[in-house]
Amino acid sequence: MSNPQELRYSKEHEWLSGAEDGVSTVGITEHAANALGDVVYVQLPEVGAAVTAGETCGELESTKSVSDLYSPVTGEITEINQDVVDDPALVNTAPFEGGWLFKVRVADEPKDLLSAAEYTEYSGS
Amino acid sequence: MSSNTPVEPRRTALDALHRSLGATMTDFAGWDMPLRYGSERDEHLAVRTRAGLFDLSHMGEITVSGPQAAALLDFALVGNIGGVKTGRARYTMICRADGGILDDLIVYRLADTEYMVVANASNAQVVLDALTERAEGFDAEVRDDRDAYALLAVQGPESPGILKSLTDADLDGLKYYAGLPGTVAGVPALIARTGYTGEDGFELFVAPADAEKLWQALTDAGAAAGLAPCGLSCRDTLRLEAGMPLYGHELSTSLTPFDAGLGRVVKFEKEGDFVGREALSAAAARAESQPPRVLVGLIAEGRRVPRAGYPVVADGQVIGEVTSGAPSPTLGRPIAMAYVDAEHSAPGTTGVGVDIRGSHEPYEVVALPFYKRQK
Repeated sequence: MSNPQELRYSKEHEWLSGAEDGVSTVGITEHAANALGDVVYVQLPEVGAAVTAGETCGELESTKSVSDLYSPVTGEITEINQDVVDDPALVNTAPFEGGWLFKVRVADEPKDLLSAAEYTEYSGS
Repeated sequence: MSSNTPVEPRRTALDALHRSLGATMTDFAGWDMPLRYGSERDEHLAVRTRAGLFDLSHMGEITVSGPQAAALLDFALVGNIGGVKTGRARYTMICRADGGILDDLIVYRLADTEYMVVANASNAQVVLDALTERAEGFDAEVRDDRDAYALLAVQGPESPGILKSLTDADLDGLKYYAGLPGTVAGVPALIARTGYTGEDGFELFVAPADAEKLWQALTDAGAAAGLAPCGLSCRDTLRLEAGMPLYGHELSTSLTPFDAGLGRVVKFEKEGDFVGREALSAAAARAESQPPRVLVGLIAEGRRVPRAGYPVVADGQVIGEVTSGAPSPTLGRPIAMAYVDAEHSAPGTTGVGVDIRGSHEPYEVVALPFYKRQK
């Protein structure tokens, strides 16, 4: 698999797009989706909610387990992906595209976000 | 062994093949086993609608043979094993003297004086030790055959057709819970019509050296029918839908078969004493007078998935505990098995929920199983 060059990554296996008008898109990586297995339920923060980098803001349920969803940045949720709420399998089939999770107006971001190359090395895939 | 010594997991004869198929592996009872090859949901549906191929070589085979093999097993296990005809199999349990369940087993009668006992991987050593100890004074031999067999299962509605193309054995004459020696794809095998999926299917006990050849032959023979390699993840959701208990979840040493709703496996009418008879008689009487918690099915009204250990609640009170839970691919909703207080166990009981990490999610109480195949 390949991690898109234009994205940045957290050590909790979220990806973050470059900001457009201060708003970035967030999802989980293909590595994380593969580790989870079939995702069957996605609980996302509400639009308008404040999220904090490195803190939980939702959860992902797969056949075998439930995992916390972490925000890679601090900011305010501007949009959630209703398609992925209705069809959580999108996280598995298109983690970097149709399986995006939420958009966030970035107020602050941690200094330790990884590049694609760094994340590939970190995750081993 | 000191706790900081890394323990090398045991690998089946098909290990390299699983890796070449890109399987996600998992530790299961000390074995490195395939969890899934791709989507576990697709694997589950393949077994329900077509066929799936499993490596179950972690299961623990123990051979019991000799003039008093039947007498030993009638003493050591709760079932009527002497009454099993040659070529047939029986689901049974091995209990402690206090009635607690040590394991659930399938016992195959291979010959008049020879049986194969198949134990769960996690309990194989415990069962072997108990049988060996209980064999004292019997003219019978208990042999650890865990390394003598690989076990492949082909399960699903297409499995008879797939297997028929590879064997001359009389599969039409092979009933559910029967087993016969034969040859499959040129490989000597014990062919058993058993499984843990709720579908028709077969389990094939073969020499480890033959496992890869057999796997490949089944894969080729099943290609047109849509046979898929399947991992333990879908095996768990298949057995859960079929309402089949899993040791460590629905069964444990702290429960008797009567507590687990499986008192029918205990055969008090058989001749002679057996380990646990006295305690189990008391447990049976207790179950009559003071009904224990009852194993029920729960179906979610929402989408959050119950997991083993989550409390079952009603009116703000804990009334039970989830033992297994998963999203059901067949029902399209989360399901669970749970032990609940008898007064909340009737199908259709309202007001029952599962405490899912602090939030009480509504659940419907149903009778098990969730899924029964059309015959």
